Amino acid sequence: MSEPRAMPLVPLLGVAALAAVPFAGLGNYHLHLLINILIWGFIYTAWSIMGRFGMVSLGHGAFLGVGAYVVTLLWNTAGLTPWIGIPIALVLAMILALVIGYPCFRFRIVGHYFALVTLALGEVVRLTIVALRDRTGGSLGMTVEGVAGGTSLLALQFGERGTFFYVALAAWLFGLWVWRIVDRSMLRYALEAASEDEDASASIGVNVTRAKLAITMLSAAMTALGGALYAQYQLYINPETVSGIGISLQIVFAVIAGGMYVQLGPTVGAVITLLLAETLRVTVGHDVHGLDGTIYGLLLVLFIIYMPQGISGYAVATWKRRRTGPPQAPTPRAVAAR
Amino acid sequence: MFDIFLLEAVINGVLLGGVLALLALGLNLVFGVIDVVWICYAELVMVGMYTIWWLFVHYGVPLPIAIAAAIALVSLCGVALHQLVIRPVLGTPPINQLLVTGGVLFFMQAAATLAFGVEFRNLGLRMPIVEVSDMFFSFARILAFGTALVGVLVLWLFLTRTYLGTAIRAISQDREIMPLMGVDPRKIYLTTSAIGGGMAGVAASLLALQYDVHPAIGLSFGPITFMICVLGGLGNMAGGFIAAFVFAQFISVGGFYFQIEWGYVLAFAFFIVMMFVKPQGLFSR
Repeated sequence: MSEPRAMPLVPLLGVAALAAVPFAGLGNYHLHLLINILIWGFIYTAWSIMGRFGMVSLGHGAFLGVGAYVVTLLWNTAGLTPWIGIPIALVLAMILALVIGYPCFRFRIVGHYFALVTLALGEVVRLTIVALRDRTGGSLGMTVEGVAGGTSLLALQFGERGTFFYVALAAWLFGLWVWRIVDRSMLRYALEAASEDEDASASIGVNVTRAKLAITMLSAAMTALGGALYAQYQLYINPETVSGIGISLQIVFAVIAGGMYVQLGPTVGAVITLLLAETLRVTVGHDVHGLDGTIYGLLLVLFIIYMPQGISGYAVATWKRRRTGPPQAPTPRAVAAR
Repeated sequence: MFDIFLLEAVINGVLLGGVLALLALGLNLVFGVIDVVWICYAELVMVGMYTIWWLFVHYGVPLPIAIAAAIALVSLCGVALHQLVIRPVLGTPPINQLLVTGGVLFFMQAAATLAFGVEFRNLGLRMPIVEVSDMFFSFARILAFGTALVGVLVLWLFLTRTYLGTAIRAISQDREIMPLMGVDPRKIYLTTSAIGGGMAGVAASLLALQYDVHPAIGLSFGPITFMICVLGGLGNMAGGFIAAFVFAQFISVGGFYFQIEWGYVLAFAFFIVMMFVKPQGLFSR
């Protein structure tokens, strides 16, 4: 993010304002919305960390599923605390990313093909969860065993929404921080070069396979962490809601709507999609199933056709134009330039 | 050791392969010619299934007419999809084209929920079960298998024996030269979309005979259809046809030894492995 130097105060104030939210006397409902926005904002950020370099994964549900199910299974069946379960899940997600990513990047599987391979991966994880129904409850999903009293630091369960809000906030800030680190690293330049032209960047010394693997494993681990947090918050998980093609596509589309080339873009995507769903639910009610999805789908099509860099990308480009005349930095490329 | 249940599973796999091959046919044609993956392809099939159900159950329209209407409607949907959604993004990076049809997927799935609710609907037909020396086969599947064979044949004849078919093949081979030769790519793309949609309609009519239709049905058929097309080599119709049978054997025999989900897991895992061995598809030249 090329923020002007004079502005470190704004993000600080923003974080302070957010941290004060639980004291603002919000009802449980609004707090719930905010927590959801933060958790999904984190997951979407995790996706964008690789998605912005043209690696469009349609299978992040796989990592989400690993995060949610491994932690919950370890807790429910072995009584292992999520504090140990989460690192195990992250390592597993990274191994999964390595196993699928290495051959993909080694053999130059890009674009459509990469998207479809990851889509298969998402389905493999979802179907494996369903098939292991003796342990996972299959399509019925499973409940995270609650602790007495509802709150336990060891079990990473917090009966008070206000407490969980800080957990989600921390995760979200962590996601933004990782984004920033990547954004300022050599890795970013290597990956941008690779997404433009793999051969050319390899010829000037970029280890394309290694760079892509690094970012994919990072993204996978963060997504798994998001899945684990989601499970700890909802205390109920289901193969459809944490894995498979449906949720994988939802991740991609929310990010596209929000914009994946700007640090806060994925979060904007989370805000938009959740607010849209909630507004429609409140105004039209529960009875009209599918209305939110219909409008959502329509908006997505319009976004990809008319605003492929998403709302935030569009806003930033407009703002830059207004401030400095013609943009000096190349405007964000369309999704996954080749 | 001869195991009659295994044989039954294998033959059922072959029949399932017919259904999958039929599903993959239209998608493969569209990809081969327009170079766009319709992620919402299975949702077009769903539209066809709902049309048949709606006409047949609510208006008592005879089944053959309902099927013809469904094929026509889905074909129109294919044209509309191309005209309204694909054309504006044809010049942009390919992944955008894939994602924009993903938006259509969401739209159609939700619109179906809006219009028909989440209930499972079926035609209320009981298709006969065919019994051959202690093995049981679904008649609907045999029908689908036969239709798939006929469909491949007709499509092949169309592509090789007619002027339009030749133009379609030519444009898929060289997008730059053919317009100079006097072929209007826009017309070809529209025709291809119509045929691709029509194939989805044909698949829909055969699926409607054996499966309940519900808004999420596309998600259960969609992924496997893409896998088949990729495995066969996107755009390679003969390859897709064979890949459909390979996949179906994994599902059917895998399902026989373990559970049906494991059959699918095996099939998808096989797909992932094959992508590394032969990224351009099983039957790449």
